[in-house]
Amino acid sequence: MSLDKNRKIHIVDTTLRDGSHAVSHSFTTEQVTAVSSGLDKAGVDIIEISHGDGLAGSSINYGFNKMPEMELIKTASRSIKNAKLAVLLLPGVGTIEDLQEAHENGAQMVRVATHVTEADIAIQHLQAAQKLGMVPVGFLMLTHMAPPEKILEQAKIFVEAGATYVNLADSAGYMTPEDVRARVSLLVEHLPIPVGFHAHNNLSLAVANSLAAVECGADYIDVTCRGLGAGAGNTQAEVMAGVLKRLGYSTGLDFYDYMDLAENVVEPMMQRPQIIKSASLMLGYAGVYSSFLLHTYRAAEKFKLNPRDILVELGNRGMVGGQEDMIIDVAHALARQGAVR
Amino acid sequence: MEKIKVGIIGPGNIGTDLMYKVMGSQNLEMKTMTGIVESEGIKRAAALGFHTSIEGVLAVAQDKEIGIVFDATSASAHMKHAPVLKEAGKIVFDMTPAAVGPFVIPCVNLDHLTELNTDNYNMVTCGGQATIPIAYAINRVADCEYTEIVACISSKSAGPGTRANIDEFTQTTAKALKTVGGAERSKAIIVLNPADPPLMMSNTIYAIVNHPDEKAIVDAVNQIVAEVQAYVPGYSLRVPPIVDGNKVTVIVQVEGAGDFLPKYSGNLDIINAAAVAGAERVAAKLLEGGNNHVLR
Repeated sequence: MSLDKNRKIHIVDTTLRDGSHAVSHSFTTEQVTAVSSGLDKAGVDIIEISHGDGLAGSSINYGFNKMPEMELIKTASRSIKNAKLAVLLLPGVGTIEDLQEAHENGAQMVRVATHVTEADIAIQHLQAAQKLGMVPVGFLMLTHMAPPEKILEQAKIFVEAGATYVNLADSAGYMTPEDVRARVSLLVEHLPIPVGFHAHNNLSLAVANSLAAVECGADYIDVTCRGLGAGAGNTQAEVMAGVLKRLGYSTGLDFYDYMDLAENVVEPMMQRPQIIKSASLMLGYAGVYSSFLLHTYRAAEKFKLNPRDILVELGNRGMVGGQEDMIIDVAHALARQGAVR
Repeated sequence: MEKIKVGIIGPGNIGTDLMYKVMGSQNLEMKTMTGIVESEGIKRAAALGFHTSIEGVLAVAQDKEIGIVFDATSASAHMKHAPVLKEAGKIVFDMTPAAVGPFVIPCVNLDHLTELNTDNYNMVTCGGQATIPIAYAINRVADCEYTEIVACISSKSAGPGTRANIDEFTQTTAKALKTVGGAERSKAIIVLNPADPPLMMSNTIYAIVNHPDEKAIVDAVNQIVAEVQAYVPGYSLRVPPIVDGNKVTVIVQVEGAGDFLPKYSGNLDIINAAAVAGAERVAAKLLEGGNNHVLR
């Protein structure tokens, strides 16, 4: 990979997937139409849509979708002309059957996401995607939890399985630009396929980290309108568009269209301002999966605890993506300890 | 005292742990460990004085002394083994997801299946063995409209078979939650956690019920936990039933017995312990002469 400043930076907008966490998976077909057609018009390369926890994430554990996920995928597919429509799939949650159905409803790409050390559980899904004629992408979550060399080893498993690029997620919003550079640089240097990056803004570093990734050679950057996403949200799309434009990177984006979409279409859908409150700060500080946030608020209320204490204990226990059930386990244990004291 | 002789196909981690469990059993006697290549597991069985073979299924199918066979290979291999073993009149405990025979969860439907003279018992999945007893208990008193489980196992105890086909886990477990657990609709989720030291297997059972009678649910869950503990000593209730409107949440933990595998491999321990408990019961019945299926 070259660090050519004239290379194209591909924008992956995941407002309709990571943003789904922030609205407790309540997106409607009307909202999907408005957002996806707006993103298409703004020149986004890839639009990701799914339950926040990927295909078939609709559950007690992660929250139920308000409208059927496949309905939303079909709606998005009908609303876009140029962008590629992607879905997320977490092996262990979604299956190849779900992927096939998403494909029938218009999904053209799948990002198969595993914990940073568990890439091999994605092999069957990446290969199935290829057979379906979909574009397969490998996605490693919580990449702050492993050193760069380990990440490289795991990324190579994706390459072997046919992934077209590897996306690294700072799912806890824990990294600083230095952490990002160490990881992205090593992969850009050693992988035969491009590298992407997905940030969370829990420490207010999402744009800075995304920029660090681009400067180290990442070709794909995940963003969401207004930063709508799990925890304190993601890299704010319209801000990143402005930053990249001013620095002279080519993205194919219409900066003003993107700003208008975020302000006029997405902002009115938001259920709370996407700011860094104490609990989301703790996600980033303690290295906890960002989508635990709203579930933690609920458990804290039920068990009369401070959300911060639950998050710190989840971090101590080394919980990974998908373990929302352990929020109850931790809250129950903390409440019992409190009662004993 | 007379015992039923046992053959194990597949000398990997599961097969080896099964061997140790059979060695400690009342009604079962370990006889043969068979594989398709010379391996560590074959050597280990030979060193313990058991008959070994690399002739695969034939080594147990052709041995008239063997009454019960554990198949710890793979789903595709079991599809080939099943008719051979049936023809030979063996009673089989299938550790793979092949599901040639009915799903068995010992504390739920073992007695019923042995009465039907079942000759091929499918052990579902590790997550199924850990969660279906609870799902069944809740359904019995509260009528589950929807049951969902989340199984978390340590990365170190997820073998290559599980990793290569994780869909098989979620789909098989979800199916058994309905057919054995009694739920109308179901979902299963599995998460691998690489924390070091490895975490004990944890399992969360959620249910949406029609009759959220808290006392009945708590009593039913406590009773079934005791029944599972009879064959899986490391099975325990981590979070007792939380009844919130029509939603029930229960979390259980499985600590392995440490027979051959480490204690954190509760996932492998519970499916093996369940299979051996099933085989014990079948053997007891054979020894009573209640089933002339094998000892003809």
